[in-house]
Amino acid sequence: MKGKVYKILAAVKDPEIPVLTLEDLGVIRDVNVLNDDEVEVKITPTYTGCPATDVMEEEIRLALFVAGFSKIRITQVISPAWTTDWLSQKGREKLIEYGIAPPVEGQAKTALLEDISVPCPRCGSEDTKMISAFGSTACKALFQCQSCREPFDYFKCHA
Amino acid sequence: MNNKAMLFDYVLHLADNQVIMAQRLSELCGHGPALEQDIAITNISLDLIGQARLLFQYAGKLDGRDEDQLAFLRDVHEFRNVLLVEQPNHDFAHVIVRQYLFDEFNFLNYQALCQSKDEDLAAIATKALMEVKYHRRFSRNWMLRLGDGTAISRQKMQDALNDLWSYPGEFFEMTGGEEILAKAGIAADVASMKPTWLANVTQTVKEASLVIPEGDWHQTGGKKGIHSEHLGHILAEMQFLQRAYPGQTW
Repeated sequence: MKGKVYKILAAVKDPEIPVLTLEDLGVIRDVNVLNDDEVEVKITPTYTGCPATDVMEEEIRLALFVAGFSKIRITQVISPAWTTDWLSQKGREKLIEYGIAPPVEGQAKTALLEDISVPCPRCGSEDTKMISAFGSTACKALFQCQSCREPFDYFKCHA
Repeated sequence: MNNKAMLFDYVLHLADNQVIMAQRLSELCGHGPALEQDIAITNISLDLIGQARLLFQYAGKLDGRDEDQLAFLRDVHEFRNVLLVEQPNHDFAHVIVRQYLFDEFNFLNYQALCQSKDEDLAAIATKALMEVKYHRRFSRNWMLRLGDGTAISRQKMQDALNDLWSYPGEFFEMTGGEEILAKAGIAADVASMKPTWLANVTQTVKEASLVIPEGDWHQTGGKKGIHSEHLGHILAEMQFLQRAYPGQTW
């Protein structure tokens, strides 16, 4: 039963970046099936002010309701705090395909945005520069590729 | 005041700092000097609203009111934010200086709160600190760019620094309840943060070719609910909907 719920949740998409599922994002903390029609889902918000969090909750509610759950409780768990390290490998690949550079890994995570090397998601060139530390959503910065000249979103490290 | 009331007052103070700063910054949405700055300031505002929500929700658990009631149905004298965050935007130099002075403090304060014995406060602070790191970098970079820019930009930054310098002293004053909570390892000991804050700010001001204003007299009152005339105007706009149409939602 728990597995079934996870499967339903895994298919719910991030309203802001619809190539990612909630599973890819790593926001689902726990599931408790209390009864045939009653379930509790614990999720971790990404950014505190992210307006997508409220939409995610609605979509979880809808998906579970369609699957036959009539009593759905969604609890936000803020500790341990969500970090971009929880993005799945599959999620990282999907981001590149979608044209968004995934957060850098390893040592560079704590470096300043100006000092990191973010490969262009379109042509793969390492010759890119930051245009703005804040982008189209709270979780992104704006970069530009110096090789193909294409501007692109970068999913900022949150750690 | 019992412990619960002290904690409520303290959490409200933290929440009010964020929500009033956010409301001030939100005034710039669509009015930033360039698109990137407009987006950055709006993003920072959004982060602070998110942090305020978590803090209001926690305060509400202690008090029985919900986050909306706490944000929209309290009057000026019930707000506990520091006076700096309610100061008007005036010009971009004032926006940046105000933000920078606040961000350096917000960073240290959250950093200390990550170690709080109160699990809820520690969790919120850990989350918020990740965001404030980006805010501080943004405002610090603009301090350097404008302070060390043209003669006009430097003059405007120096004027803003002179105008706002009497406000940060209040960050490091502790109310009676706050002192008790700090001794219990729950609240952050803000008084002890002043030297670090001042060293960081002095370093940035120096790098930005600006000068720290003389004198250490400071404004006070915000944490006790005694505010400048500006807060009433902020609340008039922020609370309009709930005052005009009580209980309205969308």
